[in-house]
Amino acid sequence: MLNDFLILMKQELVITVIIFILLFIKVGSKDWKNESLLKLINILLLLNVVFSFIGNQEGVLFNDMFKTNNLISFEKGILSLGVFIISLSSYSWLQNHKHVAEFYMLLLSTLLGMFLMISSGNLLLFYIGLEMSTIPLAAVVNFNLDKKQSSEAAFKLIISSAFSSGLLLFGISLMYGTTGTLFFSELPQTLTGTPIQLLAFILLFAGFAFKISVVPFHLWTADVYEGAPVAVTSYLSVISKGAVLFVFVSVLYGAFKPLAATWYNMLFILSVVTIIVGNLFAIRQNNLKRFLAFSSIAQVGFILIGISGSSQAGTASVIYFILIYVFSNLAAFAVISFISAVTGKETIDDYKALYTTNPFLSWVITIALFSLAGVPPTAGFFGKYFLLMAGTGIAGSKGLIIWIIIAALNLIISFYYYLRVVKAIFMDANETPIEKLSIPLLPKIAMIICVAGVVLTGLFSFIYEYIFSLSSGF
Amino acid sequence: MNLSFLIILPLITAIIILFVKGLKQVRTVALAGSLLQLALVFNLLFQYLKERTNNTAAMLFQYDYNWFDSLNIHYHVGVDGISVAMILLTSLVVVAGVLVSWAQETLSKEFFFLLIFLSLGAYGFFISLDLFTMFFFLEVAVIPKFLLIGIWGSGKKEYSAMKLALMLMGGSALIFVGLAGVYYYTFSNNQSFDLLTIAQANIPLLTQKIFFPFLFIGFGIFTALFPFHTWVPDGHSSAPTAASMFLAGISMKLGGYGCLRVATYLMPDAAHEYQWIILLLSTIGIIYGAFATMMQKDLKYINAYSSVSHTGFVLFGIGMLTRTSINGAVMQMVSHGLMTALFFAAIGMIYSRAHTRMVDQLGGMLKVMPFISTVFMIAGLTSLGLPGFSGFVAEMTVFMGSWQNADTMYRVATILACASIVVTAVYILRAAGKAIMGPITNEQYNQLTDARWNEKFAAALLIIAIVVIGIAPFWLNDLIGSGTNTIMNKVLMILK
Repeated sequence: MLNDFLILMKQELVITVIIFILLFIKVGSKDWKNESLLKLINILLLLNVVFSFIGNQEGVLFNDMFKTNNLISFEKGILSLGVFIISLSSYSWLQNHKHVAEFYMLLLSTLLGMFLMISSGNLLLFYIGLEMSTIPLAAVVNFNLDKKQSSEAAFKLIISSAFSSGLLLFGISLMYGTTGTLFFSELPQTLTGTPIQLLAFILLFAGFAFKISVVPFHLWTADVYEGAPVAVTSYLSVISKGAVLFVFVSVLYGAFKPLAATWYNMLFILSVVTIIVGNLFAIRQNNLKRFLAFSSIAQVGFILIGISGSSQAGTASVIYFILIYVFSNLAAFAVISFISAVTGKETIDDYKALYTTNPFLSWVITIALFSLAGVPPTAGFFGKYFLLMAGTGIAGSKGLIIWIIIAALNLIISFYYYLRVVKAIFMDANETPIEKLSIPLLPKIAMIICVAGVVLTGLFSFIYEYIFSLSSGF
Repeated sequence: MNLSFLIILPLITAIIILFVKGLKQVRTVALAGSLLQLALVFNLLFQYLKERTNNTAAMLFQYDYNWFDSLNIHYHVGVDGISVAMILLTSLVVVAGVLVSWAQETLSKEFFFLLIFLSLGAYGFFISLDLFTMFFFLEVAVIPKFLLIGIWGSGKKEYSAMKLALMLMGGSALIFVGLAGVYYYTFSNNQSFDLLTIAQANIPLLTQKIFFPFLFIGFGIFTALFPFHTWVPDGHSSAPTAASMFLAGISMKLGGYGCLRVATYLMPDAAHEYQWIILLLSTIGIIYGAFATMMQKDLKYINAYSSVSHTGFVLFGIGMLTRTSINGAVMQMVSHGLMTALFFAAIGMIYSRAHTRMVDQLGGMLKVMPFISTVFMIAGLTSLGLPGFSGFVAEMTVFMGSWQNADTMYRVATILACASIVVTAVYILRAAGKAIMGPITNEQYNQLTDARWNEKFAAALLIIAIVVIGIAPFWLNDLIGSGTNTIMNKVLMILK
């Protein structure tokens, strides 16, 4: 039993150990310098990434409360990798921060919460994981301690997540009342689609939609993203969104399979609205963080298309897309985070003529934006079109072709706003461009990892094939 | 011969360019790479001709690698006569483009990298036999254009670059919808993107009717199908010389090739069904392009609008669906590619010296730069279809083929399209008369120098190809014949 516990919960335990190491460092008598502390933390996180990907086993614990399999371990691995990249790229920001250890403790607790959420076999554990991943997050959103905007963002986040948690809990209790079970594995047999079950499902769905900021539940996103420190923004938009999406996919295909006809239509409407609203608002943004916030809303709309696809291809395309999204969005955020930490500049206008002074940073953010826009040979091309293909060819029947047409046409709009940034960097004139910056080693490593990921994840098909083979369990 | 070399060589060239320093090294690498590529393509041409005599397969030198197994996406390459002709055209234009940009001082490394990268997309597109891979390479060729125009262009370059990128992306989006439709609605299981597999299966009629417009318009945008031609004038005139050459010479051919190889070949029923729309739009395009050209005062705009008119003949020939007209369409693609590249090269040479492209400000160029002026005249005469040059052969074949379509309305369309040649003669001769002939209008022009060796070499390369096609068209006709036959056999099966 203990052996099982150690092996199956390995990924969670590693994170817990890291949190405790940080705790002891913090309460210990020795005063650590920020540089050395950051180096130590990054090494620990690197080890965490390595441990996440190797030696995983399948199994269940605590009477089906906690389950893990190769797909789940892989998803956790993606999240660990993302956290490692974020940590590397926020080096310049944390260098002069007073509370480095606390930052990582809070951040890693949210990661732990996400791991529990992904592994949950029961709605209650899912809920606990979700809360654990949200509440510390509000604290880190407030981590620009001297900025009012930052605490405002934290407040918005906590209020809106409290609301969405309320919806979720209401849905969960209704679900329990009508089906008599909270286990994901038992739900399909008891779900018959009675009105009250549908209501419960819709409330649950809305709770999820809040977390992944699907329109019309997206209103908190832009303000929180703008107010939070860039490192936290990237964490919010990639890691926490990715984690909820992982659960969303598995829950829809697993527990709520009997309601597929319902959620297919819901996905259709929400996805179309999300893509269009996200795109139209992204066009108008000048602050890069807000810009990426709205573009990430549009990206989620595309992910919903993939979710609608047949279970294996759909799951595979979503997870593949999130992996690519981790690389491409974090590459963009790495550049923004670095420039913001050094110069404080965050708007598209500030980035004009960036190429004349900082060619390396320009290429990194350009490749990232191309990947987000879905331009080959970057991986975003494959990710985006595989999502659309999964949506076109759902098993048994065909997907709504109009959905694909709307999405494909929206690709043009998204193309416009991504190219707007590229245009500012390469083509616009600027009298006071951002001065030439020398990039410290750690952020540079983060950028190189991301760019390599963006280029290689697509061209080397075995990554997709591996994810596809893992997804067969559903 | 391993076709993958055709994309590996540009890739290696592009990567080496990233690691060398200074204009001299960069351009040497680019030229060496593109010359090697040209040699490779000639080798392919001769090997293809040899292989064809004892191998009757539709596509030769096939290589099939299972890329994304679970989606059945293959890296499947192979060539027939049409692809070989297009690849030959591409390699000629690339060499000429590199030579013309010999003095590219600003950001030379990025410039040549993007040029070579663009050509990589084109080569990949022409050899692909898998629709997804084809689509991949098609999009690879879009972004370099945006950057080339936006960074090194002139005039309202940002606007033109954005317009071009968005319109071509729109085309790609339509193409993707069409491809997804073909993929999912042809076979109920074991779906495939493989061109040859799909060609053997008959796509259900309803699928054809729904998805043919997506594919044809999508590819049509790339090749200036009216009314989606608006990116052409802006894009071409704002682009730096080499990019204009690539755009008109290579990039617009991607669309024509796609219309023929993907849309028409795979969905002949729908092509027949929508024939009148294609012909209507392309006839409008031809005539509108010709008349719009008459109003232009900028040499680049003249050539850009005349490109709209000339590529209209490609779509016109495809739309007519006769053996000869499709032959003519392919010949027109090759001919127009060479001619327009030469034209843009000549305009670029004049512009870099006289610093203006306005017809009424130029004058007497023949006296100060006889070589460039001669090149300009040759390009112009090819454009207006003078016998002895490739333009005559190609357009003649299109008209001959179109006339074979006995429908009265289509014959009227043919006559109308034919008449546009007169308009072409007007604007070409007027521009040439004003800019090239006549007295020198500006005294500063007396100091201008004639072409340098690189420009001479580039022009000579293209002129030789134009003249060879002009006086011995049967070589080209013979080369593309097997390819167009395969397509036409499928089309004619429907028509009977």
